[in-house]
Amino acid sequence: MRAYLLRRGLETAASVLLVAFLLFALIDLMPGDPIDLMLQADPRLTSADAARLRALHGLDRPLLERFLAWLAGLARGELGFSRLYGRPVAEILGPRLAATAVLVGTSFLLALLLALPLGAIAALRPRSPLDRLVDLLAAFAVSVPSFWLALLLILLFAVELRWLPAGGEPEPGAGPAAWLRHLALPVLTATVLGLGPLLRFVRAGLLEALREPCIRTARAKGAGTVRLVLGHALPQALPALLAVVALQAGGLLSGALVIETVFAWPGMGRLIYEAIMGNDYNLAVIAVLVGTAATLLANLAADLLHARLDPRVRPG
Amino acid sequence: MAPALVLAVLAIAVLLGPPLGTAFGLDGERIDLLRRFAAPGAAHPLGTDELGRDFLLRLLEGGRISLLVGLAGALLVTLIGTAIGLLAAFARGAVDSLAMRTADIVLALPLLPLLVVLAAVDPMRLGLDPELAGSAGLDVARIVVLVALFGWPATARLVRAGTLSLLTADHVRAARALGASPTRVALRHVLPGLAAPIAVAATLSIGQVILAESVLSFLGLGIRPPTPSWGNMLSNAQEMLWQAPRLALWPGLAILLAVAACNLLGDALAERADPRASGP
Repeated sequence: MRAYLLRRGLETAASVLLVAFLLFALIDLMPGDPIDLMLQADPRLTSADAARLRALHGLDRPLLERFLAWLAGLARGELGFSRLYGRPVAEILGPRLAATAVLVGTSFLLALLLALPLGAIAALRPRSPLDRLVDLLAAFAVSVPSFWLALLLILLFAVELRWLPAGGEPEPGAGPAAWLRHLALPVLTATVLGLGPLLRFVRAGLLEALREPCIRTARAKGAGTVRLVLGHALPQALPALLAVVALQAGGLLSGALVIETVFAWPGMGRLIYEAIMGNDYNLAVIAVLVGTAATLLANLAADLLHARLDPRVRPG
Repeated sequence: MAPALVLAVLAIAVLLGPPLGTAFGLDGERIDLLRRFAAPGAAHPLGTDELGRDFLLRLLEGGRISLLVGLAGALLVTLIGTAIGLLAAFARGAVDSLAMRTADIVLALPLLPLLVVLAAVDPMRLGLDPELAGSAGLDVARIVVLVALFGWPATARLVRAGTLSLLTADHVRAARALGASPTRVALRHVLPGLAAPIAVAATLSIGQVILAESVLSFLGLGIRPPTPSWGNMLSNAQEMLWQAPRLALWPGLAILLAVAACNLLGDALAERADPRASGP
């Protein structure tokens, strides 16, 4: 177990480092580097000035050397400065991470609360009309473009009914009611997005667990349906479910990018998008790196938990 | 096979619609500022957009691009995935574990943030000349390459697992014993046996790629106007949401139809190939 933990930990660390290097290398390929922008802004600058500026900022050094210096800076907590927002990157990230965590966390929880009973109903009666309805719902949820669903919800609840704001964040100092009103539509969209794969995993996992001989024994001993599912099938299906659900962490962040952009929700996803569109690559790269690291860590945690809960997958 | 029918109707509509429109003197590019936001009617079945262009024709032209990207992307994803899966299964050892660990990591990565960063790369800095860099063809090629970069792991895993089990089958062992080269074994004896699962994976990929294209184009990083695609038509519609909510309806419905049809067709093919896999 300890060797497994060490190996998976090292793998995760290596992947994060590799992604960091690739992202850093990409900055060179982005349109408009900072020195070019300075040249455009100030016609008095000569090409000799530009070369001097490049040397001053170390931009003339080899890629690997710049990467290592950047990495060392990150390790010391020096995340640099955002040109777009005119503030240190470290100051920007905190509230953005919190906003995304609220959005993604709430919708994931809601999706799970919906998927467990619906998936259980479907698994208990395979091929019944209810099962087909759940299957249809899952098929819709995995096929619908999230940004279109978001537009439809805005059309219905903001344009037609005028019940909810079309997007944005509450004014500073607003009460919890205002927060809920602004969160409602983004959370609804993200919940539908997360529901599709969850429904399928829960149904498939429970279906398999319900075929085990111990279920037949429990049923023969008179266990009711609720007890059968909650007491016997779910505990068996849970470890494997955990592992596939963790794989959705990356999907959640992808969904957040679109949903936050459509609803102007001030989270990480919209930050990444705005940074890219505003040519603020230092901010973009760090934000994507934070998102990637969080996703891979969630997967690592789920893997370790899976191995701990299910002796069958524990490597020797 | 309702999903196959839906896909066939969509394909025929986008292939025949624009030439038919031209034959009847309609032009999806023609701007008519006196007829902006016209309501649906005899002249324009779905009305006109913010520049007075016929919306149905735009929708069909956008569909050409979106479906083309879906097909081309899925083809590349399937080719790369199959090659990597075969290679891993035949090589075993370090090559195999490197390929499969990479697949695991790629599957876990947050796809869209990385796609957004990669899509922003300036093609001119990759040495392409400015004229080519601004063309619609490059937009299509870029999306196809980007989705292939992240889309291969599912197919690769599937092909690897299938190959490993086929390598123990009698006819494959016989071919190897008779001295057939690994390439010959892979192409003549293993791949035909994996045709069904590969077809399923490819069908599912089409839907995934269409979805990815629509998101990227919606965000302004995929197919760029004036070339229409279902995704960028929706980003336009978002700006017009209060004036012409109608415009937001059709492109999204088209994406939903195409993606759902691919997904359902893939599921149906999977069930046909292996009836046991889908439960009692």
